[in-house]
Amino acid sequence: MRNRSPNVWLARCTLLLGILCLSTVTLAQATPSLSPTNIFAPASTPAQSIFGLSLFVLAVTGAIFLVVFTLLLYSVVKFRKKRNDDGREPPQVYGSNQVELAWTVIPVLIVVALFMATARVIASVQKIARPDNAIEVIAIGHQFWWEYRYPALGVVTANELHVPVSDNHTPIPTFITLLSADTDHSFWVPRLAGKTDLIPNHPNSMWIDPHETGVYLGQCAQYCGTQHAKMLLRIYVQSWDEFERWAQQQSQPSNVAGGISAGQRIFETTACINCHTVSGTIAHGHFGPDLTHLMSRDTIAAGAATNTPEHLRQWIRNPDAIKPGSLMPAMQLSDQELDALTAYMETLR
Amino acid sequence: MSATSVATDGRIEWDRPARGRVGMFGLIAAEAGIFTIFVVAYLFYVGKSLTGPMPKDVLSVPVFFTICLLSSSLTIHLAAKALRRGTVRSFGILWFATISLGAAFLYGTAREWHRLIFDEGLTISTNLFGTTYYSLVGLHGFHVVVGLLALFVAMVFTFLGGVRAEHAERIDVLSLYWHFVDTVWIVVFTVVYVIGR
Amino acid sequence: MSTESITWPRTAGESRSFVDHLHEWVVTVDHKRLGVLYVLYALVFLLIAGIEAIVIRIQLIRPHNDFVSPQVFNRMFTMHGTTMIFFVIMPVLFGFVNYLIPLMIGARDMAFPRLNAFSFWMTAFGGLLLYFSLIGANGLYGAGNAPDVGWFAYAPLTSRTFSVGHSTDFWTLSLLVSGFGSIGTAINIVATVLCMRCPGMTLAKMPLFAWLNLVMAGLVILCVSPLTAAQIMLLVDRYLGGHFFDTQAGGSAVIWMHFFWVFGHPEVYVLVLPAFAFASEIIPVFSRKPIFGYPVMVGATVAIGFISMSVWAHHMFTVGMSSAANNFFVISTMAIAVPTGIKIFNWLATMWGGKIEFKTPMLFCIAFLFQFLIAGLTGIMQGAAPFDWHLGNSYFVVAHFHYVIVGGILFCLFGAFYYWFPKMTGKMYSETLGKLHFWLFIVGFHLTFDFMHIPGLLGMPRRIYTYEPGRGWDTWNFIVTIGAFFQAAGILVFLGNLLWSYFRGKAAGSDPWDAWTLEWSTNSPPPAYNFASIPIVKSRRPLWDLKHPDDPDWKYE
Repeated sequence: MRNRSPNVWLARCTLLLGILCLSTVTLAQATPSLSPTNIFAPASTPAQSIFGLSLFVLAVTGAIFLVVFTLLLYSVVKFRKKRNDDGREPPQVYGSNQVELAWTVIPVLIVVALFMATARVIASVQKIARPDNAIEVIAIGHQFWWEYRYPALGVVTANELHVPVSDNHTPIPTFITLLSADTDHSFWVPRLAGKTDLIPNHPNSMWIDPHETGVYLGQCAQYCGTQHAKMLLRIYVQSWDEFERWAQQQSQPSNVAGGISAGQRIFETTACINCHTVSGTIAHGHFGPDLTHLMSRDTIAAGAATNTPEHLRQWIRNPDAIKPGSLMPAMQLSDQELDALTAYMETLR
Repeated sequence: MSATSVATDGRIEWDRPARGRVGMFGLIAAEAGIFTIFVVAYLFYVGKSLTGPMPKDVLSVPVFFTICLLSSSLTIHLAAKALRRGTVRSFGILWFATISLGAAFLYGTAREWHRLIFDEGLTISTNLFGTTYYSLVGLHGFHVVVGLLALFVAMVFTFLGGVRAEHAERIDVLSLYWHFVDTVWIVVFTVVYVIGR
Repeated sequence: MSTESITWPRTAGESRSFVDHLHEWVVTVDHKRLGVLYVLYALVFLLIAGIEAIVIRIQLIRPHNDFVSPQVFNRMFTMHGTTMIFFVIMPVLFGFVNYLIPLMIGARDMAFPRLNAFSFWMTAFGGLLLYFSLIGANGLYGAGNAPDVGWFAYAPLTSRTFSVGHSTDFWTLSLLVSGFGSIGTAINIVATVLCMRCPGMTLAKMPLFAWLNLVMAGLVILCVSPLTAAQIMLLVDRYLGGHFFDTQAGGSAVIWMHFFWVFGHPEVYVLVLPAFAFASEIIPVFSRKPIFGYPVMVGATVAIGFISMSVWAHHMFTVGMSSAANNFFVISTMAIAVPTGIKIFNWLATMWGGKIEFKTPMLFCIAFLFQFLIAGLTGIMQGAAPFDWHLGNSYFVVAHFHYVIVGGILFCLFGAFYYWFPKMTGKMYSETLGKLHFWLFIVGFHLTFDFMHIPGLLGMPRRIYTYEPGRGWDTWNFIVTIGAFFQAAGILVFLGNLLWSYFRGKAAGSDPWDAWTLEWSTNSPPPAYNFASIPIVKSRRPLWDLKHPDDPDWKYE
């Protein structure tokens, strides 16, 4: 038959190939091993609710795409000008009220369905009442690091958030109040929840209830200046016992025995104490992260480098070498001073 | 809207709106957009100043100068009518009255601002009230100044004998702008001196 | 119809110097010349902003790359976005609209020719002002350097505290100045369409191109003014010590977002409606059928215009609005999909039952339909607010809006370039080069923007100058960057085609496409006065009536 020209077969094969590729990509995303920040690998109730909604939305939009794309492909193939065209104009059709009505009413119904599904999830995430046993954290966004305070536990730390795991038997959600000390930021750990912004003079709140222990990654998601890219997030979800032990340890002041070391003297007489706090000493600065338990963290500079003595020394020597544009100044210390200071930092467990 | 008819060999009656009016309405719509945002900011920040003088402490309602400005709408309307009739002298007098009333309003604003700045210590940087007040009233005042400049130019042309009945349409379009400025003042007055206080 | 010329009074044998030519162009108030100036201006900035995009993509080709510093990268994405929107897409669209509207409605020029010239020069100056920011010593951080606050410049990042120096001021002032130009052009378009139509051309009989741009102009008037207001407020904050966006004094950072997006969302409809206008003229001609459902298309356009002013806070779903506010913006965002979908269906129905010719303009418009469909659907995904709590501010959004602006608007624009090039220059473009451009560009487009969705779904936020390895983003970013080079190649072929065809193309004649609107009734290029005599029309397709006197449109409309 003349209608089934090679073009049509080519078109159909391309379509099939396209569908195959799309499915492979979609299926591949289901596994968290593809990415530690995969939004399709939820590990907490808010992320789970969003995941459910996203599947529904993808199904609906996918169906719409298939229908319209098929129509487009068909019309491009079937109604192309033939080689043996007689040169006459085709029938001039100006419109059809019934058809217009059909493709108005159906989309309206689809919109209503999508809206209702969406409204349900908005309510389930936003209108949640805080249970009494919830862990309360205040997160304060800075250029370019995260400050965390646990008012009930007397803990102040930075950049690495620890929360207890929350399973169905004993749900222990963590409620995070989001504030900002300077400009806009956004808290996004995809596997645990959607992002919520930290805006000065506009407190926000979010909650997570991670179902499995582990480390969850994320980063700042609202452009906040030069080093927005290296304002990384690490959330450590621990068993209740481990979390308690961590909180206990974090709430202690630093207890370095044996008097004030050379490094501590440098820390306290150079400008460090203007920005940093080491509880139990005279350092009470608030512009930079609390360093009391610096060695309990895996990374420094909000994830820009791992917490090793070499990286620490490098960072203190010249922050711009690791995070150009960071707000910590280089204090022009000598090699000796750097060694002593790093050694002191290493004692802050 | 007045229209321009094109008699194309008598076969078609073709009425379209006049360009000048449509253009002026377009301009008014755009300016209304700008003013709306300033009014929204003003209303949003009512009562939110952390420090400094509050509206009810320092604002005094400018009744007389408001009457001046709103009367100028009446005089400009009468002026335009006079020109359409052809009575250029009446037009000139009424036009001059409009400019005087507008200038009086500006004087009133200047006096008010002088008092607020030097006696009450309220500037644009004092607090949220200061910022939004001076911005909104200032934006309006700026539009009054521009309007007065345009009216003044027309006044000069009138003195030189260049304005006649056939220019009535252009005067009408210009007076549309002036009416807009007065309408904005009604809104600003309500927001600042009635609601915001 | 109007192809007879009128002898232009000019002294025979007088040759004009280059300076005279230049002077003519600089002082022109002719809508056609201003249209060409707009388009050429936009093409220059297209190259500049394109290079900025290439720099961004090279930096992101692999994790922890150091092709540029974070400071330079942040300036690149700010300048790329600002330039593309305000000094490429808007001018090129205004250029086409200025050129074509008077011709399509049978007028001799726009309603206010001098305002037209003023608006062009304001826009032009604004662009130069933005790039003037690059000049200046590298002294104090931020002083005399390009703006780096992102194209939507959120407060309080733009306050004096966090943006020292003058780079943000250049951003503010350049947009303020070009905004006045945009409003001027919009007023001109409204007045022209309402007041200058030729006899017989009622609003119901004017080309869809005129309708779509009328609504676009209305949107510009209503939505650029909020941006102007916000810019003035920002200047008050930065220079007069004001507190509009000063959170320390009780001010609100969120209110800047509201003001900006009240402009920003209708702005994207300002960009897309002229693209729809191009498609609505090209698709019928190459399908050999009238546009399907003209009245519904007009209604849908007006509906889009209105609804587009109520959806703005869907850019702010993560800001912490109440669930009531979130719900409102979900429903308004999804509602706008209905008239937009109606338009897609109407274009499809126009092609249905036709005799489609795959010339270059039509190729671009068919690709537009496919890509705009996808872009609209990813928009719906983001309209479901909780889904947007992931997708927002990620590379998914970047992929979505480039799908609309490049895959939708730019493709239509390429179609328009090829469709009207013969009219504007009198020469035919090279069909071979046109098709080469199409295939190069569409391959590059899909390589870049299809795969760009994936890092977004895997957690990659936007505006980051580098990223960590081990997040699963590496391969996708690599593919995205490769696609950019294909697109660059396509653009070079395009520009080469324009140049070559201008000098060496075959004569095109007044109506190479056998089309039906009034611009094809006059010479190519049209004389300064457009038409020898003002036409009188009886239907939406006056040239169809002339070519088919036995079967004219006005019997069936």
